[in-house]
Amino acid sequence: MAYVHSIWPLAAVLLPLLATVPIMLSGRSPNLRESWTLLAGGGMFAIVASMLPTVLAGGGFVLTLAEVVPGVPIQLRVDALGMFFALVASFLWIFTSVYSIGYMRALEEHDQTRYFASFAVAIAATIGVAFSANLLTLYLFYEVLSLSTYPLVTHEQNAEARASGRKYLTYILGTSIGLVLPAMLIVYQLTGTLDFTHGGILAGKASPATLSLLLLLFVLGFAKAGVMPFHGWLPAAMVAPTPVSAFLHGVAVVKVGVFSILRVVFDIFGPDLLRSLDLGVALTYFVSITILFASLVALTQDNLKRRLAYSTIGQLSYMILGAGMVSAAGMTGGVLHIAMHAFGKITLFFCAGAIYVASHKKYISEMDGLGRKMPITYAAFFLGALSIIGMPPLGGFLSKWNLLVGAVQSHQMVLVAVLLGSSLLNAAYFFPIIYRGFFAPAPAGEAREGIREAPLFCLLPLSVTALCSLLLFFYPTVFLQLVQRALFP
Amino acid sequence: MTTSNLHIYILAAPLLGAFAVNLLGRLSRRWVAPLTLGVLGYATIAALVVLARVLRDGTISYTVGNWRPPFGIELVIDPLGALMLLLISAVALTATFSSLTSIERELPGREHLFFTMYLLLIAGLTGLALTGDAFNLYVLLEITSITTYGLIAMGRGRAPLASFNYIIMGSIGACFYLLGVGYLYLLTGTLNMADIARILQGLQETAALATAFAFILVGLWIKMAFFPLHSWLPTAYTQAPSGASVMIAPLMTKVTVFLMIRVIFSIFTPTYAFFHHPGVQAGIVWAAALAIVCASALALAQRDLKRMLTYIIVAEVGYMVGGVWLANTQGMTGAILHIVNDALMTLCLFLAAAAIIYRTGSLGFDSLQGLYRRMPITMAAFTVGAFSMIGIPPTAGFFSKWYLLLGGIEASQWGYVAALVFSSLVNAVLFFRIIEIAYFRTGEAGHGHGHAVVRVEEAPLMMLAPLVLAALALIAVGFGSGPLVNGVIRLAIPGGF
Repeated sequence: MAYVHSIWPLAAVLLPLLATVPIMLSGRSPNLRESWTLLAGGGMFAIVASMLPTVLAGGGFVLTLAEVVPGVPIQLRVDALGMFFALVASFLWIFTSVYSIGYMRALEEHDQTRYFASFAVAIAATIGVAFSANLLTLYLFYEVLSLSTYPLVTHEQNAEARASGRKYLTYILGTSIGLVLPAMLIVYQLTGTLDFTHGGILAGKASPATLSLLLLLFVLGFAKAGVMPFHGWLPAAMVAPTPVSAFLHGVAVVKVGVFSILRVVFDIFGPDLLRSLDLGVALTYFVSITILFASLVALTQDNLKRRLAYSTIGQLSYMILGAGMVSAAGMTGGVLHIAMHAFGKITLFFCAGAIYVASHKKYISEMDGLGRKMPITYAAFFLGALSIIGMPPLGGFLSKWNLLVGAVQSHQMVLVAVLLGSSLLNAAYFFPIIYRGFFAPAPAGEAREGIREAPLFCLLPLSVTALCSLLLFFYPTVFLQLVQRALFP
Repeated sequence: MTTSNLHIYILAAPLLGAFAVNLLGRLSRRWVAPLTLGVLGYATIAALVVLARVLRDGTISYTVGNWRPPFGIELVIDPLGALMLLLISAVALTATFSSLTSIERELPGREHLFFTMYLLLIAGLTGLALTGDAFNLYVLLEITSITTYGLIAMGRGRAPLASFNYIIMGSIGACFYLLGVGYLYLLTGTLNMADIARILQGLQETAALATAFAFILVGLWIKMAFFPLHSWLPTAYTQAPSGASVMIAPLMTKVTVFLMIRVIFSIFTPTYAFFHHPGVQAGIVWAAALAIVCASALALAQRDLKRMLTYIIVAEVGYMVGGVWLANTQGMTGAILHIVNDALMTLCLFLAAAAIIYRTGSLGFDSLQGLYRRMPITMAAFTVGAFSMIGIPPTAGFFSKWYLLLGGIEASQWGYVAALVFSSLVNAVLFFRIIEIAYFRTGEAGHGHGHAVVRVEEAPLMMLAPLVLAALALIAVGFGSGPLVNGVIRLAIPGGF
């Protein structure tokens, strides 16, 4: 694949990063401040999209920033897999920004300047992860993302936020320093490089035992992917304002974790190596536990955002499951699920936030009959839920179908059972919410006259992302092509 | 003044400056600041020129008064020495801006006395980077130590006691070193390092040489506060006036680590030091691992920012001693890079501590509440320094840790690797504890929706500017660590090692 030297990958990362300066300077004028955010969001998406045709045609872009360690520069590279993720993240950031404006202003939140500035750093780091050319660069942006999201998670600045912030950093920073850093150094020691290379760099460099240990260190170390037992930070992080939960803990942060694991699986280990050592199978069984267990826990959660968080934990492991199958359909399904789940889950979080803005309700048991007051929100929630469950005609069906085909192709009937069982559980924890919203009688004696749909700034983004989930079923071509380019160039 | 002998003027400038500050400072305090800054500014620029020259032309040897070595005093400026020269003068210059401001408040009327000793200390440190003579090294080490005792004793409260404690330990360390040099003199009849190394080639089996090596090493370990010989450091550095600790904390221990490298390379040769006595090399790496773990654990127990930082310094000494004794290129690269990085991060954090204490009067954890609102720029720079200590890229601290870990993996010293990772995690806990306290508000207003306006009260510009500079330097050195390692540090490590 031919990579062209270009400034554009850096521009995509720098634009939101630099936008923090005018955002912080215009703290006194909220409208101006939010204009900067939207401008940066639109600009970044335009830059990412402008690189899309080249990537689809089999090209790419590269830019070396600094040669920091022999053989491992800080380098940005746009390839199909990175483009896939960057496209999803930068597109959804625009809607998150719009939604943030509606949500934060409706609730008259404090410290909005800090909020928008941290958000801009977080998206810059996310795009940086997507465009990293090697493991060191990825690690750099991964850590920047961890740290920039700390002020967002602890935004409330009360005792609960403080405890959650601690938990968040303990899990995320503890695993990345304690597990990923040593693993990365061992890989560097073995191979002398950390460059993401199609087909991997580790083949024939170490014993099966070492390789298994390394894979374990990476899968657990990238704790943002929420693989059990390092998933506890995600429900705790739900204390953050809902746009943060929607974008960061539905899309950016968690998928950075999955993306990092996929990069390591595809481009450091390589599917062939995984297959030859049966490590792929081990990986699929390992994450199957997370898939089933998280879905079961989700059933028990009454707090809507926590239920969504456990749902996310389960769905994230789908993506790793797909990669572990090392079959064409399985890997396609795994990568595709990054996008499909992103659109579905962000819709669900947006809806949860809209319900909170409109009614100040957090618990599902209090939401009886709310759907009749907020039909648009609940309709969008319905579409998002269908997509996560994997029903046609929504985008989620495509990824789950590919995963199923992959499981059948590799004769892993256990995995087929896991996938089907989990989908049933997904339905079991989503449908009651919708049913209660539309059909359950409103609790007696509660004044509900004031409750109506959330402000337009909230309603518009969630409608668009819900429709996108629908459209992705019919027009998945761009994403499918990118997956094909990424996996089978 | 010819430029060819620039290096000697780097040493002479602070020495003469010390006298000038004392004399003119008596007449008027206004002389102190321009003289100190002028002298150190000159030293920094000259050090830059000397480093460029050494990198271009190779090691410079200079005989003071034209007395031929081994009889005369020889100054040797190799790439490592030149790097140290630049580090010392640049860090000292940066620290001085802050120092001038805080000393004006802490020691009113005694600025000229303080800065006389301050400049003498810098002259001593500069001399240590330059000297090629084992006995001169002792003399210069004592110059730095005695001036440090004096500077620390000028602090408030129990500072004289802390200083006395340091004098006892420091003198023991100096005696050990001197005893070691005595053995070497008996064996070789010379004090010039190159000369000793040449004569020692045939004497490697003697027990006297091993004794000399052990004495010198332990002496230096006491001076650099290598755990468990560290007990003097935390109290001494905590009690010192902040104007003194911003310069002493970044430089003293690091220069002593440099001296250890110098002694190993220039007197004993790495082959002798690392491989002649089986088990010693691995044993010292284990001791370093233990030092890192214990000092980090002790840091966790502190409830005062400056005291916590001093224990981190002790842990970092363990990093560097371990890195040197890994006895491979990666570890040595990491140790030398860490000398630079640790000096800069300690500088950054102590400058932040000085700025905070200037405004709040205390560094107890309770007095740090809400600091992100009161002193946003100070805390931003502090955060960069903290990230560097934790080892988060792209700050400088990550890259030296990278080489140190790589060296540990290459040498299969898993205890040391585990200790480094453990210490990074402890540092994360330590600093996020501070960040959390400073980020969240005081107890009663903690519900978060209050709109109480907190007045921004930043430290004066003279303290803020060097702090921001140090924080930016951490990021710049991080990005520039590739060229730094390839262009300077690789040259500093002798061939075949």
